[in-house]
Amino acid sequence: MKDKLRIGCGAGFSGDRLEPAIILAEKGDLDYLVLECLAERTIALAQKRKLQDISKGYDPLLERRIESLLLILKRNNVRLITNMGAANPIVAAQVICQIASRLGISVRVAAITGDDVFSQLTGEETALETGKPLKASGSLISANAYLGIDALVPALSTDADIIITGRVADPSLFVAPLVHEFGWSQQDYEKLGQGTVIGHLLECAGQLTGGYFADPSKKDVPDFAQLGHPIAEVSPDGTAIFSKVAGTGGLLTTATAKEQLLYEVMDPGQYITPDVVADFTGVYIQGAGVNQIKAWGGSGKQQPSTLKVSVGYAAGFVGEGEISYAGSNALGRAQLAGEVIKQRLKDSFPDLRIDYIGSTSVHRKTFGEHLAPYEVRLRVAGKASTAAQAALIGEEVEALYTNGPAGGGGARKYINEVVGIVSTLIAREKVHPTVTLLHT
Amino acid sequence: MKTKLYEIAHSRAGDKGNTLTLSLIPYQAEDYPLLQQKVTTEAVKRHLQDIVAGEVTRYELPNLPALHFVCTQALMGGVTTSLTMDTHGKSLSFALLEMEIER
Repeated sequence: MKDKLRIGCGAGFSGDRLEPAIILAEKGDLDYLVLECLAERTIALAQKRKLQDISKGYDPLLERRIESLLLILKRNNVRLITNMGAANPIVAAQVICQIASRLGISVRVAAITGDDVFSQLTGEETALETGKPLKASGSLISANAYLGIDALVPALSTDADIIITGRVADPSLFVAPLVHEFGWSQQDYEKLGQGTVIGHLLECAGQLTGGYFADPSKKDVPDFAQLGHPIAEVSPDGTAIFSKVAGTGGLLTTATAKEQLLYEVMDPGQYITPDVVADFTGVYIQGAGVNQIKAWGGSGKQQPSTLKVSVGYAAGFVGEGEISYAGSNALGRAQLAGEVIKQRLKDSFPDLRIDYIGSTSVHRKTFGEHLAPYEVRLRVAGKASTAAQAALIGEEVEALYTNGPAGGGGARKYINEVVGIVSTLIAREKVHPTVTLLHT
Repeated sequence: MKTKLYEIAHSRAGDKGNTLTLSLIPYQAEDYPLLQQKVTTEAVKRHLQDIVAGEVTRYELPNLPALHFVCTQALMGGVTTSLTMDTHGKSLSFALLEMEIER
C-alpha cells in the first residue's frame, strides 16, 4: 500500500482551461489526475447531441484534452479519471483509443456505463423540486443516476490507464482512488466522509487555488492569468495537504479553501453522495505553508438506499433581445423602451423579463446608493413553446431602431432551445454499473 | 457604527436547482461572534426579500469559522430555465455582502 497518494484536479467544468491539467500531469508528481467536466445540465445537453448523432454525446473538448495529455500521462505513469464520457462513455473510450493509435502509444481505457436509467422511468415518478410527476415538467429527454465508488472501484481494479464515466457524483471521482489504493472499507463512513471533503475541495479545480476568489485590493490573487490547479496529498488515515505546482499562479489559503468547502452545499451536516452522508461541520482547515493548507475532521454516516437521478426535459425556447442607450438620461430612455416592449408583448408573454444592464439586471434591484450609469443596455427575455414565438421578442426589440426612444443602438436577438432539469430518486438495486475495457 | 459585511467578511454563492447557497466567512476569526449575532436568518431574509421567495436556513460552522445560508426559491427557476441574466445566481454573494450591520 502507498503511504501517500497524490491526486490532482485539472478541470472543474467542461469549459475549463486545458493548460492547468497539462502542468499537473507534467510537474505535479501525481498518482491520479481527475478531470471533472459534467455539470448538472451538461449530460442532458449531451443526450440531445447523442439523439441527433449516435457517435456523439461525449464531452466536446474530449479530443483536445486527451491529445494534449496522453503522452505525458503515460510517461509519468499517471492514471486519469474523468466523467467526459457524459452521455456516451463507450464511444468516448473508442475515441481515446483512436487518439492513442494516432500518437503511436498503447492505452487501456475502462468505460463505466449504467447511469442511464431513462428506459426504467415511466414519468410518473415524483420530481423532488416540484412534488409533481416528472412528466408534468415537460417531455422527458434523459435520466441519469448518480453512480458512486461502487461503480468506480471495479474499474480501478483493472489495469486501465484511463477510467471514463458518465454521471458519477463529483466527489466519488476522488474518493474511489483513495478506497482502491488504501483499501478503505466501503462501510467506513468516517473515512468516506473525510474523502468526500477532499473530493469536494478538489472538484472545482481552480476554485480551490484562487479562481473565483479575486477582488482587487480586498482579495488579491498573484499571477492570476496563470492560475495553477490543486493537488491533494492524502495519507491513509484521510488527512490531506493541499497544494499546487510551484511556479504556477493563484493562491491556496484557508480563505480560498473555506469558500470552496461550502460551495453548493445544501446542509453542511448532511452532504449526500452515493457513497456516504458526509458531515462537514467538524472540518478544520489550517495553513500548512506557502500555498498549502491541511484539512481534516470530515466524517459521515451510511448512505441512503436510493440514488439521485438527474432528469432532462424539453423546456421550450427562450427568446432574447438587447439594445443599448448611452449618454444623458440613458436609463430613462432604456426604461421607456422597456415600457414599449412590455405593452406590446405582455399578452403573449406574461412572464416577460426586462432588465436594464448596468443598473438592475443582475440582482433585479440595486442595493445601496444608485448612481446614473453612462450607458444602459435593455435586455428582454421570455419563454415560448415554439422557436417562432420566441423570435417575436428579438423582433420587437429590433423594431425599436425606428419606433423607440432616441439613440438606441447595437440591437441583438437570440433564440435558445432550453433543456430543463428536475431530480428524482431510484432504488439502488435497480442501477447496474458496468465496466467495459477497451485497448489499443 | 454601521459596517458593510463586505468590509469584514467574504462569501461565495452556489446553486442547486432553484436554491441559492451563500457562505459568509469572516476575514478575522474574532468577528465570527458578531456575524453570528447580527447576520441572523431574519436579517438575511429581510435583506434579500426581493430575491429570495422561499425560506432562509442558517448553518453555523464554528470550526472554520463561517456561517452558511441556504435560500429556497431564489433563482427564478434555476440555471437551465431561468430568464435572469445570472441564471446560477453566482453574483448574489455580493448582494449579501452589501448588508449593513451595527458593530
